[in-house]
Amino acid sequence: MARSRFIGDKGLTARMTLVMFLLGGLFVLLVVGLAATVGGGLGILIGLGGIGFAVFQWSRSDKIAMRAMGAREVSPEQAPELHGMIDRLCALADMPKPRVGIAETHVPNAFATGRSPDRAVVCVTTGILQVLTSEELEGVLAHELSHVAHRDVLVMTVASSAGIAAGMLTQGAQYGGLGLLGGRRDNNNGLPVWLVVLVVSLVVYAVSFVLLRLLSRYREMSADRAGAYLTMNPGALASALQKITGEMNAIPERDLRQVSAASALCIAPAIRGVSLKTLSSTHPSLEQRLEQLARIQAELGRPTV
Amino acid sequence: MAGFWQAITGRTRPKQADLDALFLVPSAAITLQTAIGLTPTGTGSVCYRAARGAGFADTQTDVLELIRGAADAPQVDVSGDEFGFTWLTVHRDPDDMGGLCTDLHAVNTTLELEGFGPSLLCSTVPFVDSAGRRVALVYLYKQASFYPFAPGAGGAAKQRDTLLELQVGETLAAEIPVEKDKARWLALWGAPGL
Repeated sequence: MARSRFIGDKGLTARMTLVMFLLGGLFVLLVVGLAATVGGGLGILIGLGGIGFAVFQWSRSDKIAMRAMGAREVSPEQAPELHGMIDRLCALADMPKPRVGIAETHVPNAFATGRSPDRAVVCVTTGILQVLTSEELEGVLAHELSHVAHRDVLVMTVASSAGIAAGMLTQGAQYGGLGLLGGRRDNNNGLPVWLVVLVVSLVVYAVSFVLLRLLSRYREMSADRAGAYLTMNPGALASALQKITGEMNAIPERDLRQVSAASALCIAPAIRGVSLKTLSSTHPSLEQRLEQLARIQAELGRPTV
Repeated sequence: MAGFWQAITGRTRPKQADLDALFLVPSAAITLQTAIGLTPTGTGSVCYRAARGAGFADTQTDVLELIRGAADAPQVDVSGDEFGFTWLTVHRDPDDMGGLCTDLHAVNTTLELEGFGPSLLCSTVPFVDSAGRRVALVYLYKQASFYPFAPGAGGAAKQRDTLLELQVGETLAAEIPVEKDKARWLALWGAPGL
């Protein structure tokens, strides 16, 4: 039996599964909670609404993200090196080749989006093409292709449906929509129904926000792992991450805000975390990512016996 | 189900290479010679990604020693390309296709035994006809399928001889698994022997 140099990470998988379980539980809690306060039909309606909106976002994800980043698709003739690199990585990983896009911005970044591996887009900015060497760029592309292979857009969108449903409820309260529900049932405990709904949805929204960020960081770590194993060169991804995060913090805040909408899918976040950084950041810290890459490097370089 | 679980947990495993189909090359070579007049050039290459560190360097040394240590030791050389892949090329007598495939297979199995199977990209066996047209039979390890790659005449512009590629693909379709998805017929400009 051939030996394997692929090391699993049980801890990461366990944490990720737990977070996804909690997010699912949150969704059920919201629907059941609504059903109990304002009636079963409406609870299910809101739940379906949340899922429906998430599915809509997911099916349009490539167009939404490409537009947010101002990216255009490029053909193999326009960017032969980039296409050649992705061709080889896809042949190594045995996955369908995604479309390739380039965004004209100096912020060095890359992202992958699209509803399925067959319909995916991998996009890089002109900034990242200038900053990175071809080895480092390959590491970044392998990371993005891993997002595609892991169907991260789908997983993150489904995971966010509780948050979306709760957000819709809060918005509804803003426009007084929930006021209409007030008269539907007598409540003996004195609290108006719309207030209960508002509080529940705010709590669900807050909890789902934190859990989603946690999930996003785990998915990033997974993509780093898979990407490093694909290129067999964790060092290149490590130096690319160091370069990108360094460059990113050197760029003025105003430019960064313009691209914040798509940052959850980028290789390094384009927004600077301010307070509550550990709870609310979409990406793990550089140290965590470098530590993991160092472990993979050690395993790949282990001498033969 | 396995794919679903891998997606949920974000743990796709590196795809292992499929090595056995490589032994179909000798019979395909005979077909190419009789049907299209393409003869083997006697070289064959394995293209892989070298991992960093001592583990891979040792393995590569082992591979070279293994091939050079054989009784009828062929000439072997190692080169790199601009995409960071390593090409290990074996030169044999053009008539000895069986020996060439055994050499290439020895490279693959050694890499796989040391846990570097996922780093294998492709293997090429170039052919040439009397008019000087060259075409390589490329084996994709992860898809376990073959495809032809023919650089166009002239060589200045990177243009492929698509008609020759299609002809070779159709000729061999009954004998070897030819890659059906043409998007995976990746160009290998500057591959050894082309």
